[in-house]
Formats: sequence, structure tokens, C-alpha cells
Amino acid sequence: MMLEVKDLSASYVLPEGEIRAVDDVSFSVDEGEILGIAGESGCGKSTLAFSISFLFPPPLRHVGGSVLFNGKDLKNFNDRELRKEILGTKISYVPQSSMNSLNPTRRVKDIAFDIFRAHMDISEKEMYERAKERLDLLSLPESVLNMYSVELSGGMKQRVVIALSTLLGPELLIADEPTSALDVSSQRIVLKELKKLFKDGVFKSMIIISHELIILKHLAHRIAIMYAGELVEVGETERIFKEPLHPYTKALIGSVLEPGKRVEREKIPSLPGAPPDLREKITWCRFYDRCPFADEKCKRKQELVERDGRLVRCERGKDI
Amino acid sequence: MEKIFECVDLCKTFQKGRKRIEAVKNASFSIGKGEIISLVGESGSGKSTLANLMLRFLKPTGGEAFLDGKKIEDYRKKEYWKKVQAIFQDPFSSFNDFFSVKKILERAIKISSYPSPDPEERIREAVEAVNIRYEEICDKKPFELSGGQKQRLMIARIYLIKPELLIADEPTSMIDAVLRAGILELLLKLRGTTIMLITHDLALAYYISDRMLIMQNGRIVEEGEPQKILEAPEHPYTKKLIEDVPKLSEEWL
Repeated sequence: MMLEVKDLSASYVLPEGEIRAVDDVSFSVDEGEILGIAGESGCGKSTLAFSISFLFPPPLRHVGGSVLFNGKDLKNFNDRELRKEILGTKISYVPQSSMNSLNPTRRVKDIAFDIFRAHMDISEKEMYERAKERLDLLSLPESVLNMYSVELSGGMKQRVVIALSTLLGPELLIADEPTSALDVSSQRIVLKELKKLFKDGVFKSMIIISHELIILKHLAHRIAIMYAGELVEVGETERIFKEPLHPYTKALIGSVLEPGKRVEREKIPSLPGAPPDLREKITWCRFYDRCPFADEKCKRKQELVERDGRLVRCERGKDI
Repeated sequence: MEKIFECVDLCKTFQKGRKRIEAVKNASFSIGKGEIISLVGESGSGKSTLANLMLRFLKPTGGEAFLDGKKIEDYRKKEYWKKVQAIFQDPFSSFNDFFSVKKILERAIKISSYPSPDPEERIREAVEAVNIRYEEICDKKPFELSGGQKQRLMIARIYLIKPELLIADEPTSMIDAVLRAGILELLLKLRGTTIMLITHDLALAYYISDRMLIMQNGRIVEEGEPQKILEAPEHPYTKKLIEDVPKLSEEWL
């Protein structure tokens, strides 16, 4: 097991109250595995992504639980050690707004050199060679190294960010909504390249986060569905799509648009309402207000339990 | 079908020093009254430039456009924007953060062709039609709302203005998959309003439109009903777009 997250909780501590964005989340990622995390905006999936690397920029605070990477507890590292020994080399992160994460005043190669310098002692020529190789793997020409980010198209920028994130050959790559700002054609190219890097062994495992379940279907071996800070279902991709157990998973799968699957216009599946306010303590099922199947039984705490080889947080399960 | 809008050889060329960028090349098409037509193409294909020409945010460098048979430049801008309105991609920059929701919607009534003696009642109706509780948001400023709420508010504004033609430029591309369907549903509720949907997502266009225009490098390369385009695409670019859409059952990556 490469990554083990145990009962992890993290909160944003604000003057008006505490927002528990990640609540008691446990999961693991094996070597050679791609795990998908799905959920809507505000469900805590991005917070979870950087909680995994155990950096908690204020007002985010670690509340409880632990993250084990290759058996090492990340709690035992301070921020400096984390940045030096873990981030970039062991765990690397492709940020959500990659469009804005490249410094516009610097050339791509200078950003790459910075990354190398922070972690290793090699000559500039070697840095250049290595960066060139990585760009080549992502089907980007060498000339990109001498460009500024503003000269690149959206799809290219995204590939450059992926190239930079994987420069040091991390073992685990966390990609947070890597294609949400791209059109369908560039999206496909970027995801194909990510898959290729994975197959080529540039990184060993990946966590990919997206609100588009259909993307995860094509990439992930397993999917974890997150809702209002909690995991509500975790299972193998095939089985989740074949027979979703949690009503929220059903709604997510229903929201997939696909040409050819023409539904009556008036029957486009949608989910009314919004997720609950996480400032309030909710002791029962958090999906209660939006769930088409909710009844009195649901007004009590739902635990994540194993059923049919899957984890699901809904005791109704089969009868819905 | 009665035509509401028509473009004849519409062109837009941007001159950047020595560089000429032909963003829209000889676009000719018409839109029927009450029709939902979609314009599909990838980023940089000129979709938004075409929308901006239709909205008179840009002046064409060639060709003409007509609304109800009259040249669009011949309308006074104020009059024109009563009839042609837009929803944009980014709900976060679509509103002025200094005004409350109520103020924004009052203003929408004021600029519309349908002034009302009791604006509050109409605003309440419009906000409730987009499934938001009026009391919950009427005194809030746009920055206090979520992305989905803002996009709904944008649609409430359209309900109030009741334009003849609505240009929706990527209205759901910054919105979650689960909320997307809700926004589409609201757009479909605007029945009677002619809608031009601009999107890069062929699946979305397929779902909601009566007719599709496919745009590549500034040129409209194919036009037809969604079913026909999906089953028998003629242009190689259309084929590529169909291939690029993620599908549930087929190998995609």
C-alpha cells in the first residue's frame, strides 16, 4: 500500500465558525493504482487533495487522523522537511487552476530549473535535458521551454503544468480537476497524455479528482464519491457504474451527458437543492434534503460500511 | 419557419501589426423563431467572436446581419439589447458586486420592453422560477452567492427582460455536472425565446438543440439536425468532435 489515509479531518477555522471540509475520511491507494475522487464543488475534494500532502495553509487546520506514505507518517515531518523530502519527489500535485499557476514573467525552462534546484544538485545543462525529455513525453516541442506561459494555449499550458509536476518522477501524482478549463478536444489529449505517463511508469500511482464522473470512468481503477466532506461510496469503477449503491452516486451517474443517449428534453436528470452548510453540525445523513428516497430511517447517523465488496454510507442500499 | 435572425457572409478580421487573424470567415446562417440552435467548436474556433458580432459588441469587417429583417446596425443599441441578450460562461464576473440581487433585477426590468408597476412581485416570480428562495438572496450581493446560484440569477434576469433572441455562451462550462442539468432545464423553460447555445461540448448541444452548426477555424463547416449530425457526419472535423466526446460504453482514451 502506497498511501493510507486514516480518519483524516481538516477544517477551515474562520471567525464565523469552523467548516469541516474533510470529515473522517479514510482510503488507500495501492502502487500501480489510479483512484478517482468525484463530487461537486464545495464537497471538500480539493481540500482533501492538499490535506493528503499534509500541508495545511491557514485558515485550514488539521483536526485529526493521519496520512501514511509508504508506511511513514507524514505527521512526523515539519513543513520544511515535507517540502524537501516528500513534495515533488514522492507526492506531486497538479493544481486545479493550472491555467494561472505558471508565473507569467518567467520562461517555462526557468520554472523547471527552480524545481530542480530546490531538490537536487545538477548542472543547468542536465536540467535542460531532463526538462526537454519530459516535454517530449507529453508531445510538446522543445521550443516551449523558451516560451512564457501567455504564449501557450490552454491545452498546452495544462500539459506544461503536468510536465513540471512530474519532473522529479514522483511516486504519487495528485491531479485536481486537470481538465475542467479545457474544451473536449484538448481534454481528451491531456487525459491521454496522463494515461501514457502512467503506463510509461513516470509515476506509479495517481489520484485524479473531477466532478465529471465520465472522465474517471476512463481512467480510474477505483472511485471514491465524496459528498459534503464525507466519502459516501468507494468501489471499483466498473461496479460503481454498473450498480451504484448510494443515491448520490446514482444522481452523479444520471447527470452524465452522452450523445446518442437521447433522453426526452423535459427529463434531463438533475439534482435539486444544494449541499448542506458545513458550519452546522449534521448528525444524520447529509444527503437527506436532496435525496429522492429519504424517509424517517435516514434521520440518524450513517456509517460507511462494507456491502458487496464496496464501502457505502447509506443503510437503505438495496431497497432503493 | 419564420426567420428571426440572419447572417449573410459575416466576417471579422483582427489586425495585429502585420498579423491578420480571420476569426470569423463568411458566416451565413439563419435562426428560426423559437428555435434552439447550437454553435459547436473547440476553443479558438471563433464561436465567441461570432457571438460578439451578433451582440454588437464588435463591428463586422464584412457581411451583414439582420434581426427581424432589419439590419442590426439600424437599431438603436438600447432597443437592440432589449431584443437580444446573452448569458456568459463565467458566472463570477457577470454581475456588478456593488449592487444587491434585488437592484440588479430591478434594473433588468427597467431596461426591458416590459416595465412593471409592481417590480418586486415580478422579481420574486423570476427568482422562484429558477428555484431560489427570494428572501434568501434578495439583499445579498453577487459575491455572496455560489457559482450555480449566480448562473441561475443570470437566467432569472433573462426571464425578466424576455428578449427575442438569447445567446448563451458556454453557460454551463464552469458549472458542476450535477448542476448542469438544472441550468439546462431552466433554459428549456424559456420556450418561446429563441436560443443560440455556444458550446464546445457536442453532447450538451445534442441534448438540447433543434439544429447544430459546427465551426472550425472561423468557418461554419457543417449544419444539420443533431441526430443526423451524430449518425452521418460529413465533415472530418465533425467526426473528430464526435470522437472527442467522452462516452460511457466505448473506449475513449
